[in-house]
Amino acid sequence: MSIRVQTAPFDPGVELNAVHAGDLGVGAVVTFTGYVRDINQDQAITELFLEHYPGMTEKALLKIRDEAMQRWPLIDAHILHRVGALHLAEPIVFVATSSMHREAAFAACEFIMDYLKTRAPFWKKEQTRAGSHWVDGRDSDTDAAARWHNSEKENR
Amino acid sequence: MLNVQFLARYREVLNCESEQLAWQENWQSIDDVRQFLIARGEPWTVLSDPRMMCARNQDVCSLQESLQAGDELAFFPMVTGG
Repeated sequence: MSIRVQTAPFDPGVELNAVHAGDLGVGAVVTFTGYVRDINQDQAITELFLEHYPGMTEKALLKIRDEAMQRWPLIDAHILHRVGALHLAEPIVFVATSSMHREAAFAACEFIMDYLKTRAPFWKKEQTRAGSHWVDGRDSDTDAAARWHNSEKENR
Repeated sequence: MLNVQFLARYREVLNCESEQLAWQENWQSIDDVRQFLIARGEPWTVLSDPRMMCARNQDVCSLQESLQAGDELAFFPMVTGG
């Protein structure tokens, strides 16, 4: 898989099995799956729309994946993100990292999500009974990603 | 020429997905182009958003990034994927 951007729903279980299949060197796979919630900031959500920047999206995801592959001894890393109209409870994003041992896979999976949430060109628009609105970016996501900039400096 | 893209909330506020701008010799950074657009008045002042992000040729960068004729610029709100 490596990088995939699609409108169609996916099954995280199928994606997980595909990450592990056929590689006997994989000792650990860590995955993250993000889902469409029915509530955000006390508002009931009825549907979610994901806009992206087609010319840039895959390029940005590939750059994040490559950085993770350089930072940790991973066997592979995969990012799958949906765009378009999403229904409640459907998966939005799937990240999987595989390695010989768990430490690298855990850290790299978290890194990829933190960078994806602050650098990949996706925008959520929530639909409620009162209408639709764009979701605001969160400073907590920026802070989470900043941890990795700092650790990068420390390692130099 | 400069190809400028507007995404998500900015696209809606501006009612504009993209625009081809005639290149101006005094443009040195992305911020120069942003100031040129803001000077048009409403609704272009949306680009004064302090949390605005931008990209040059599909790479996220700062407003101080230099640019040249033929580049593709993009202005967009903080990203919210994942």
